[in-house]
Amino acid sequence: MTGYVFDFAGQRLEARASGALWWPDRRWLVVADLHLGKSERMARRGGALLPPYEVAATLDRLGAEIAATDPTTVISLGDGFDDDAAGRELADDICDRLHRLAEGRDWVWITGNHDPGAVPERLPGHSLPEMDAGITLRHEAGAGPDMSGHFHPCIRLAGQRRRCFLIGRDHLILPAFGAYTGGLIADHPALATLVPEGLAVACGARALALPIGQRHRAGERPAREGGRPCWCRLGRIRS
Amino acid sequence: MTLPPRFQDWFARQGWQPHPHQLALLEAGGDTLLIAPTGGGKTLAGFLPSLVDLDGGAHQGMHTLYVSPLKALTADIARNLARPVADLGLAIRIEDRTGDTRPAQRARQRVDPPDILLTTPESLALMLSYPEAPAIFGGLRRVVLDELHALAENKRGDQLMLGLARLRSLAPGLQVTGLSATVEDPQALAGFMGGAQVLEADPGPDPDIAMLPTASPAPWAGGGGHHAIPEVLDQVRQANTTIIFINTRAQAELFFQALWAANDENLPIGLHHGSLAREARQRVEAAMAAGQLRAVVATGSLDLGIDWGAVDLVIQVGAPKNVKRLVQRIGRANHRYNAPSRARIVPANRFEVIECVAALEAVAERDLDGDPRGPGPLDVLCQHILLTACAGPFEADALYAEVITAGPYRALTRADFDACLDFAATGGYSLRAYDRWQRLMLRDGLWRMRDPRAARDLRMNIGTIVEAEMLKVRFRGRGGAPLGEVEEAFAASLEPGDTFLIGGQTVRYEGLREMVVEVTRQPTRKPKIAVFSGVKLATSTQLSHRVQALIGDPSHHHALPRTTRDWLALQSEVSALPRPGVLQSESFRHDGLWHFALYGFAGRNALQTLGLLMTRMMEEAGLGPLGFLSTDYALLIWSLDPVIDPAPLLDREGLRTGLGDWLGSNAVMKRTFRTVATIAGLIQRNLPGQRKTGRQATFSSDILYDTLRKYDPDHLMLRITADEARRGLVDFDRIEEMLDRSPRLDHRMLDRVSPLAAPLLLEVGRVPIAGQGRERLAEAEAAALMAEAGLA
Repeated sequence: MTGYVFDFAGQRLEARASGALWWPDRRWLVVADLHLGKSERMARRGGALLPPYEVAATLDRLGAEIAATDPTTVISLGDGFDDDAAGRELADDICDRLHRLAEGRDWVWITGNHDPGAVPERLPGHSLPEMDAGITLRHEAGAGPDMSGHFHPCIRLAGQRRRCFLIGRDHLILPAFGAYTGGLIADHPALATLVPEGLAVACGARALALPIGQRHRAGERPAREGGRPCWCRLGRIRS
Repeated sequence: MTLPPRFQDWFARQGWQPHPHQLALLEAGGDTLLIAPTGGGKTLAGFLPSLVDLDGGAHQGMHTLYVSPLKALTADIARNLARPVADLGLAIRIEDRTGDTRPAQRARQRVDPPDILLTTPESLALMLSYPEAPAIFGGLRRVVLDELHALAENKRGDQLMLGLARLRSLAPGLQVTGLSATVEDPQALAGFMGGAQVLEADPGPDPDIAMLPTASPAPWAGGGGHHAIPEVLDQVRQANTTIIFINTRAQAELFFQALWAANDENLPIGLHHGSLAREARQRVEAAMAAGQLRAVVATGSLDLGIDWGAVDLVIQVGAPKNVKRLVQRIGRANHRYNAPSRARIVPANRFEVIECVAALEAVAERDLDGDPRGPGPLDVLCQHILLTACAGPFEADALYAEVITAGPYRALTRADFDACLDFAATGGYSLRAYDRWQRLMLRDGLWRMRDPRAARDLRMNIGTIVEAEMLKVRFRGRGGAPLGEVEEAFAASLEPGDTFLIGGQTVRYEGLREMVVEVTRQPTRKPKIAVFSGVKLATSTQLSHRVQALIGDPSHHHALPRTTRDWLALQSEVSALPRPGVLQSESFRHDGLWHFALYGFAGRNALQTLGLLMTRMMEEAGLGPLGFLSTDYALLIWSLDPVIDPAPLLDREGLRTGLGDWLGSNAVMKRTFRTVATIAGLIQRNLPGQRKTGRQATFSSDILYDTLRKYDPDHLMLRITADEARRGLVDFDRIEEMLDRSPRLDHRMLDRVSPLAAPLLLEVGRVPIAGQGRERLAEAEAAALMAEAGLA
C-alpha cells in the first residue's frame, strides 16, 4: 500500500492508505476510532445482531500495518472501544491477539467519548487523556497543532465515498480505522470549521491527496485568488 | 347466502343489476378468488357478503378485514362503501388504518376495533405484532384481499400471506376472498392465497387501443414523450376525464410541467405520484372523485383500483414494459362494465415505438405475460418471526405448522425455518455467538424477546419495501407547506440556488435544515431534473422477444411508423440490425471512453448479470472497464480500452466459471444484500430522529456484506442474497438461452455512436465497476486537482 508523505507542524508524517498514520522519526503508528466491540454493544442494547467479526476484521488490518511498519508505539487515538464495557468484555482470544500485537512495543489508549475509562488490565498498554509530542495527540480536536480522530472524515472522489485524512494548518484529523464505522463528509460544517482549507488524503488501494477548502469542494475546480489557489498561502503543506 | 330483498331493492334503485359474479361470491362457501376486469364491481362483490352478514347486527368486534396495496385505495373504499351503508341504514362502522392514520385513532382501534377495517399489508403486520392481536382479530369472519395480482408481484404479498396464516390461527373458520384483475395464471394465484375456488367474471369486450399519432415523430432518445404534448392535450379536450400514465415520477413531473405550459385553455389537470406530499395527493384524489379534473398525470400510484367512475380515456406515455400491466391500465378507462375501454399509447422514443407496436399485437392476441412466482423469500420470514415474538412467546413447532399454511411457504423445509429462527434469535453466526445478548431466548419451550423494549425498533422496521433514503421538501419559513420528498442522494447533489421540479412547480434549493430540504418558489428558471426513486419497470421477457422478432424481420417493418423504419434502415446501413440467430455488438468511442454495446434481448436482469461477468473478464484483460448499464434489450459497457473481439468475453465456460466466484463483490449483490438485510432485521432502517445526530454514527451495509463474505461465507443472509439474485437479478439461464438462440457473433468497430446505441447513452441505472479503471481515473482526477492547485 502506498502512503502520502506530508509535513504538519514541522513534522514529517505519512498518511497510509489503510487509514493509519505513520510518524517515522518516532516510529509511532497512530490509528483513530477502532470502535472495538461495536457489534457486541449493539446486541447488548437490544439492537440488531450484527456479524460479530468486526474486531477480527479491524485487528487483521491493524496487524498488517504493525507488521509493515514495526512501530515502537501503537497509539489508539480515542474510541478504541465502542464503550468501556466493550473493552471489558472482549473475548479471550481477542485479548491474546492484542497482546501478541503489542509484544515488544508500547501501546497507548487515548481516551475518547465512547471509552472515557481506563483500559482494562487484561489488555496491553495504558490509557492517557492526551499526549504532547510537539503535536498534541487527543481524541477530539482542540487547540492546535493537534492530531485527532472522532469525526470519521470521508470524501467523495471519482463517484466513490472514501475514508480520508484531513490536513489543515492547525489540525490533522484521522479517518476511522475500525471496520464498522461510518463517515462524515469533509465539507460538513463540523469539519469545515476545523479544517477550512488544506488537503484531504483519501484511503483505499492507494492514498490519494487532493485539495479541499471553503472556496472549492472536492471534485470541483479549485477557485483561484490572484492566480494562486487561496489556501497555498498556508505554505506548510508539501508533497 | 343469498341477496336479501332490501339489498335487491337497493341495487334496483341505483338502476343496477347485480353481476353474476357478485351473486356467485355471495353463494360461495369457502375461500374464493374472483378474477374480474377493472370496472366489474369487484370491490362491491367482495364486501356484499360482509354487509349482508353484518345486517343482522349480531356480530361483536372486527368482522371483516380488507387489505389493499395502496393507502389511497383504502380511503376510496371507505368513501364508496359509505353510500350503500347509509342508504340501507346499516349500523356498520367502517374505518381505515394505514401509515397515515393518526396515533390516537390507531390506539383506539386497538381497544375498540371497527366492524370493517381497511388496511395495508404493512399496517396488518404491525397490528399482528401487538400483544392485543388475539383480542383484535379473534372474532374475525372474513378477509378481503384486493388487487391480489399486484400484491403477489413482490414481497409485500409474501408478508401478507404470512399475516393471513396468523389470522387463520387466531380466527379459525375465517373466510378469505381474493380480488384480482386479469392474470395469466389464475390457479397459481389461488395457490398463492393458500388455495381457493376460482371465479372468473366475463372479461368484457375488446378494448379500443391504438398508438396516438403525433405530428412530430418520437425523438431519438429520452423518455419524456413531450413531442406528443399537443396531441395529448387534444385528446384530453375531447374526453371527459383522462388518466395519463407515466412510468417514472421524475418524468411525470416534467410531463406535467410541459403539459401545463401548453394548456392555454386552463383545463384542470392534476398530478399524482408517490413522492408527493400526502396532502397534495389527497387534494388530487378528492378533486378527481368530485369530477373536477379533466386529466391526471400519474405514475403507478394510480395503477390500482381507485374507482374514478368518469374516466373514459387512458393515455400511456412511454413503453408499457409489460402486456399484463398495459391491459390492467387500459381497464382504468371506462369503469362501466361491458363498455370497451379506450386507450392511446405514446412511445417516448423510437425504441419504444417498436415495443409499443409489439405490445399492441400482444394485447390483440390476449397474450398476457408473467413469470412463475418463486418460493416465499426467507428474509420476509425472518421479519415475520421477529414480529411474532413481539406479540408474545411462541412455540417453534406451532409457528412452523402455521407458516407452511401460507401459500408461498407451503414447501418451506423445517431446516430453512430453523435457520431463520436461529438468525432471529442469535444472529446465526457460525464462528462467534452472542450467548448473553440473544434477541430471542428459549425458556420453558417458548421463544420470547430477551429485551421486550427492542420490540419498538422491530416495529419501526416493518415492511418489505426498502427505498432509498428520502428527505422531505418544504417551502422555507415557518409552517412552510410540504411539497413532497426527494432522494437523499439527490438532495446531497444540490447547491443553494439550484432548481428542481417537484409537485409540478420549479423550486430553488435554499438549504438543508434538520433533514428537511428548504426551498423557495422560482417560477421562471429552467429546472434541474428531480431524481426520484420511482419504480424501475422492466420489460417482460415475452415482450422483449416480440420486440426482437419485430426488429429482426424487415418484412414485418411495415407495422412500424416511417420514422422508426428510417431509423432501423440507418442502423442497418451504419452497422447492422440485430437479426435472428445473430448476437449483434458494436464498439465505438464516445465522450473520451470506449463503449461496447451488445443487443441481447434477454431482459434487464440477464443482461445486467452479463454486464457484471463481462466487466470482470474485461478487468482481467486489462481493458479498464468503468461501468455498465443494462436495458431489456441491450448491454452497454464503457471502458478505457476497446473491446475488439467479444468472443472470449462471451465464452460460455468463462461466464459459468465467472458466475461462481462472482456472486460476491459487486454493486448489484450489495444492493440486494442491503434490501435482504433490512427486511430480515439485520439493518435498521434509518429513522428521521436518528439521522439528525450526524452521519458518522451509521455505516454502509456494504461493510457488513464484505465482513460476512470474509468471515462467515455460509451465513443465511448471504444465502438469501444469492438465491434472490439468482432468481431475480441474475437470471443466468437466460444468458445461456440467449447464446443458444444467437450462436453467431457479429461485432462491428464503428467510428461513432450507432443509431441503436444512441438511446442507451441516456439510460439511467449505471453500475460502477471498482477496478483498475476506476483507480486510474481517481488518480488522474486527484493529480489534476493537485496540478491545478500548483502542488504537483
